[in-house]
Amino acid sequence: MPEKSDVLQGTLALMVLKTLDLLGPLHGYGIARRIEQISGDLLAVNQGTLYPLLLKLENEGAIASDWGASENNRRARFYRLTKAGRKQLQAETRDWEQTAAIIGRFFEVKAGDLS
Amino acid sequence: MRSLRRFFARLLNLAAGSHTDQRLLEEMEEHLAQQTADNLRAGMSTAEAHRQAVLKFGGAGTIREQYHSELSLPFIETLVQDLRYAVRMLLRSPGFSLIAIATMALGVGATTAIYSVIDATLLHPLPYPSPAQLVRIQDDLPGVGAQDVGVSVPEWRDLESSGIFQSVSFSGHGADVNLTGSAQPERLSYKHVSPNYFAVFGIDAQLGRTFDPHDATPGFNLEGVISDGVWRREFGADPHIIGKALRLDDDVYHVVGVMPPGFRDLGSSSEERNTEVWLAAGMAGLPFPPPLRGTRLQGREVARLMPGLSIAAAQGRLDALVASLKKQYPAEYPAQAAWSVRLIPLSESVVGSVRQSLLLLFGAVALVLLISCVNVANLLLARASLRGREIAVRQALGAQRMRLIRQFLVESLLLFLLGGIAGFTILFSTRKFLLQLVPESLPHMNDISINWGVLAFALALSVVAGTIFGLAPAWLMGRFDLIGTLRQEGRGSSGSLRRSRARQILVISELALSLVLMVAAGLLLRSFWDLFKAQPGFNPDRVMAIHTWLPGPNDPTTDPYQTATQESVLLREILRRSRTLQGVEEAAIGDEASLPLGHSTPGRLPLIREGIETMDNQAPVIDSPIVSPEYFHLLGMPLERGRLFSDHDVEGTPEVGVINQAAARTYWPNQDPLGKRVRLRLDPREPLSSARPAWTTIVGVIADARTESLADAAIPQIYRSAYQHPAKDLAIFLRGQLDPSTILAQERSQVQSIDPELPVFHAEILNDVLSDSLSVKRFSMEMVALFAATALLLAGLGIYGTISYVVNEQRREIAIRLALGAQRGTILKMVLRRGLGLAAAGAGLGVAGALIVSHLMAGLLYGVSPTDLPTFAGVTVVLTTVALAASYIPALRAMRLDPITTLHSE
Repeated sequence: MPEKSDVLQGTLALMVLKTLDLLGPLHGYGIARRIEQISGDLLAVNQGTLYPLLLKLENEGAIASDWGASENNRRARFYRLTKAGRKQLQAETRDWEQTAAIIGRFFEVKAGDLS
Repeated sequence: MRSLRRFFARLLNLAAGSHTDQRLLEEMEEHLAQQTADNLRAGMSTAEAHRQAVLKFGGAGTIREQYHSELSLPFIETLVQDLRYAVRMLLRSPGFSLIAIATMALGVGATTAIYSVIDATLLHPLPYPSPAQLVRIQDDLPGVGAQDVGVSVPEWRDLESSGIFQSVSFSGHGADVNLTGSAQPERLSYKHVSPNYFAVFGIDAQLGRTFDPHDATPGFNLEGVISDGVWRREFGADPHIIGKALRLDDDVYHVVGVMPPGFRDLGSSSEERNTEVWLAAGMAGLPFPPPLRGTRLQGREVARLMPGLSIAAAQGRLDALVASLKKQYPAEYPAQAAWSVRLIPLSESVVGSVRQSLLLLFGAVALVLLISCVNVANLLLARASLRGREIAVRQALGAQRMRLIRQFLVESLLLFLLGGIAGFTILFSTRKFLLQLVPESLPHMNDISINWGVLAFALALSVVAGTIFGLAPAWLMGRFDLIGTLRQEGRGSSGSLRRSRARQILVISELALSLVLMVAAGLLLRSFWDLFKAQPGFNPDRVMAIHTWLPGPNDPTTDPYQTATQESVLLREILRRSRTLQGVEEAAIGDEASLPLGHSTPGRLPLIREGIETMDNQAPVIDSPIVSPEYFHLLGMPLERGRLFSDHDVEGTPEVGVINQAAARTYWPNQDPLGKRVRLRLDPREPLSSARPAWTTIVGVIADARTESLADAAIPQIYRSAYQHPAKDLAIFLRGQLDPSTILAQERSQVQSIDPELPVFHAEILNDVLSDSLSVKRFSMEMVALFAATALLLAGLGIYGTISYVVNEQRREIAIRLALGAQRGTILKMVLRRGLGLAAAGAGLGVAGALIVSHLMAGLLYGVSPTDLPTFAGVTVVLTTVALAASYIPALRAMRLDPITTLHSE
């Protein structure tokens, strides 16, 4: 199990950063919904795991948070991307694309190509 | 960078105590509310909407846990938890905690105390910049068995220009000089040094300057550098001291500099280290002998190696230089003398003499520490088995093994650290008392301090010991047999086999270690006893020595005591007046070298036997004290053959000498030494007028006496008459019913009524001198004996604890045996046999270890073999007795067990 959650955590962090980058400040539920919408079932269960991750990102300085009012005027905590977070997102996007490209090439390879 | 930031954010939370998840709870609530609202909108019933929202959110408990561990540092939090728990455990069993902490305090405190001595001596032997470059140069003539013969001025210049050294300094042995001009003539230690002396050490003056290293005055250059002490004491810290006159032995010098307060001259003796005046001399003009290659000066060469040159490499180049010099001057360096030059690290020459003693002490104290650690580990194990049920329950409730091990480790670390801190605190508060126990002859005695470095050592020691010795019990506890314990506990379990074996191994090693220590102590005790009981060959009882010093001005014509005839008038008058003092029965005079065991540098002179040696620099060297005729009778040194000095052996009559039997055996084997003639090469203490001293005829042979060293029975010596050879450094010997508190003042008034310029100082009781000469040996012997006693006590406690534990574990078995009709005596024997078995195993291992250790310390032994059977046997018997006695108490308890009560209570 740990390996799977590691991958999930890593990708989830990237998704959170990208979501905040695209949509600006959001509260936890908002982020969860966006990710659910885009990724399908990945976050359909265990949405709560988002919150420890948000705290970790905040501790790392990638995001910041403030109390604010939600759409239905309830008290909610809004998260936004910081400058450091934007930089991190760019770097991780680059890394991700590279990794994806390499893995993609491996998947395309057929036995005949290597002989 | 990011993880660092994260770490600090969490640390901040931890420190601020803001690690509650209030914020998460609010966010969760909000999240669920929104999700429920969305679900309602999607057409679910109220109950279903909420249920689905909660399901989607996931396990709130797990999430809160994750959130919490992200919020602060769980590692530190559990550590704090463990610590709190450990403190509670300590307080719950105060007896156990106190014993464990006291044991560790003893071990760490003793080790730290010895470390502080070693730190000041062996680790920082030289208080000079780049000390590794400093070397001592020693000239030897191994072909004629002569060591440290000194250097001649041309050789010194060769060394200077060899390119091996940055510079080479030369200094005379320390001597005393009279500082006059003040109300009371003051006696100071001075040293004549080459002008580059301070440059070699790399130390500058605090006021004025040191000598100009390029100064080339052949003789004394009439400049003086004084110590901070003299400056403050004699000149009231006068800021205008530079250029003022310094009257030493009636010669006038000018003060050019004052050394900084911390500067100490190094030397092999305490007198040399107390040097307070330095005079620069080129060593090549009057009053020094002419700078011939064959004329060696007595003194010490200290040099600074070229940067980056290792001692081995420098020695290689030096050997080549010596070989080429020998080829160039075959007449001065005869092949049979085998002149060689050795480089010795300067640190070695300062602390080399005590290194072995100190390392032995450190080894001994390390063993004590080891035994303390083993003892505490044993206690921890014993307690752990008492806590078996607690551990089993915790494991059953899901505690991880690593978590349990960690908690035990924290507990033992806390114990060891508290012990270490307690030990250091005790050491720190008793340091003044402890320092008094250290013999003054130890080099750098004044630099011993309990400082931050020592504290760091003590703490590091506790942590390392706590980790190593806490890990073993923790590990064993971690491998707990859960089911077995839960089933057995409360029914008088027989305990885990592994754990009781671990305890036995610990006790055996404790016994073995203490046996090693006791053997070391026993051997040292025996050799010290032998030394102490050795017949010195002279009788020091009721003898006191009082020092005086005749001035030796550079211009011999101004010296009132230039010739032996002039001086003998003074000496006879001093003796005549001394005999009139109350209680004095006998009086004699000798030079410093004649003071038994009290002189630091023996007055060694090359011995040239008529018809045997022809060259000055290939002669063997011999101790040559100068004494008045009464000396031998006063010290009870019996004449074996021939005659002693008489009052008629004066200047002008043929010179006579008295040798000891060792000299007769060494230099005239199978011959009659009486009537043989010898020449002692140029004596620096005599005026230079006679270039070639006359022949001295051997007239008597006395029995050997241990006047040089108690450990050495036979060092060749030749005595000469004070009435034929003037000496400057005098000791007045008095025998009788003397009052040590008044005798010095009485003698001073007598001597100064003859010559008011003479300082009279330092009255010593000869028996004190004798015991002082053994002080370092006695110190290490006492310390090792103390450590051995401690070790024995700890080992006794260890075996007592283990046997008690065994008896306690087996009380059910014993009760059944008793109920079935076993004899009580059999039970006693059964328990005692266990103790004996442990003792035998420990003794066997210990003897093997002691054999290794005793051979390593053979250099410190005197008159006793490293495999001395009585010592080994005695120590083994003592250890076995203690082990048996310690097992006897629990054995008695086992024997008196009431089977009915015991079986009922289980």
